[in-house]
Amino acid sequence: MTSKNTRRFDEVRAGEALPELAIPITVPLIAGGAIATRDYFPGHHDAEAARKLGSPHIFMNILTTSGLVQRYVEEWAGPGARFGALKIKLGAPNYPGDTMTFTGEVSGCNADKRSVEVTLKGKNSMGNHVTGTVAVVLP
Amino acid sequence: MRETKLAEQDWMTEVRAMVGREYGRVYAWDEVNAPMIRQWCEIMGVENPLYTDATYAATTEFGAIVAPPAMLQAWCLEGLHPNNYPPGSTTENPYEVLRLMEGQGYQSVVAVNSDLTFERYVKVGEKLYYTTRLDAVGEQKTTALGTGYFVTLIMSFFSEKPNGGEGGQDDKVGELLFRVFKFRPANAQPAAEAPKGDAAPAVPKIKRPKPGISDDTRFFWEGAAAGKLLIQRCKCCGTLRHPPGPVCTKCHSFEWDTVESGGTGSIYSFVVMHYPEVPPFDYPNPVGLIELDEGVRLIAGLVGVKRNEITIGQRVQVEFQAFDDGELTLPLFRPVAP
Repeated sequence: MTSKNTRRFDEVRAGEALPELAIPITVPLIAGGAIATRDYFPGHHDAEAARKLGSPHIFMNILTTSGLVQRYVEEWAGPGARFGALKIKLGAPNYPGDTMTFTGEVSGCNADKRSVEVTLKGKNSMGNHVTGTVAVVLP
Repeated sequence: MRETKLAEQDWMTEVRAMVGREYGRVYAWDEVNAPMIRQWCEIMGVENPLYTDATYAATTEFGAIVAPPAMLQAWCLEGLHPNNYPPGSTTENPYEVLRLMEGQGYQSVVAVNSDLTFERYVKVGEKLYYTTRLDAVGEQKTTALGTGYFVTLIMSFFSEKPNGGEGGQDDKVGELLFRVFKFRPANAQPAAEAPKGDAAPAVPKIKRPKPGISDDTRFFWEGAAAGKLLIQRCKCCGTLRHPPGPVCTKCHSFEWDTVESGGTGSIYSFVVMHYPEVPPFDYPNPVGLIELDEGVRLIAGLVGVKRNEITIGQRVQVEFQAFDDGELTLPLFRPVAP
């Protein structure tokens, strides 16, 4: 990423599609993500506990989802993009063995603030795990 | 019955009276620090050097490493021991409204929205805390999950000034709007039985809906599975018909056989499905009414088209795609040159 340029506001057009990003959902990602976000709720790292809650396996916590959303937009926008908002709606859970594929497009450009809004979704085999919008300020 | 209703109103009055209530500070255990940032980036796959490379960060407007914005809430979580917050944190429970609802049988909770907004990025060494406001409790709603209430909390995150706050107020660095649905499950299901040994976890896979197949329509689906687009034909008068049915619409004969379509035609009409997004379909989902060159029309999915570039009269060609490990084969249509 060090070599990657930051997208410039003037280069971006409403309707531009972001490249897809497929993220394999694994036990290390879910459990590691929960701990890296200081979320020790048992359903995120203990399969037995998750099953007692009625889930087939551990499931991803919201803070990991937010982190992956940041990653998706940041990989497209570049290291100089500055996040103003990251708003998500949660849907189908992310379980190990599944794949979540992000798609997104530029849904708005605010020239005064040099801010770009991306509308995105992360879909797994059960539907949308996450939908939302991210606002980033570009140089 | 009337008494029950009144009792419900009583507790809801208590809930509504709590809306707007502010809850005190909850502190972060640790100052914003580079090791926790680096580990967060490692697991998330975030590669922006702004968060991990001091030399790069020094060239930015921040002059030093900052925390990834999506990490904001993580700093202030209690960690391993539930409700074990650092000294100085409030002893009030910002979630008390949810406890009150549990007492009324609304036992389950699901997170719905997490809306983060950022005033500024935070640097290594800053000490964060947040305060909470109970923003709203909605009207009773019934969703697919059950009946309950949407509850919205707003957490405001601040960076504490050193030296007990001398030199002005603490900086607000961001905000989190967190909305949950607190509900009584529609179909309370017993906990899934744990699979034995190393059995693969039974993660539910959502499949395509299956067609209802009758003696009149079986030929069509069997044909599709064999890669043929079959159309019903009246044995008496030769009229083609689709969708399949028992009787010729022209001569009323019950006698029929089938012919294989050449699979070419044109788009007679179309819709593009946007909402609601029903799994496992991809959206936007274009669906065409195809007029086959043999003269009958059928409804089928469109592939290889952009939603803004579909036109009436566009020439299309059938292709067959298997779904759900071959359980279902569907004819789909792809644009071809005129």
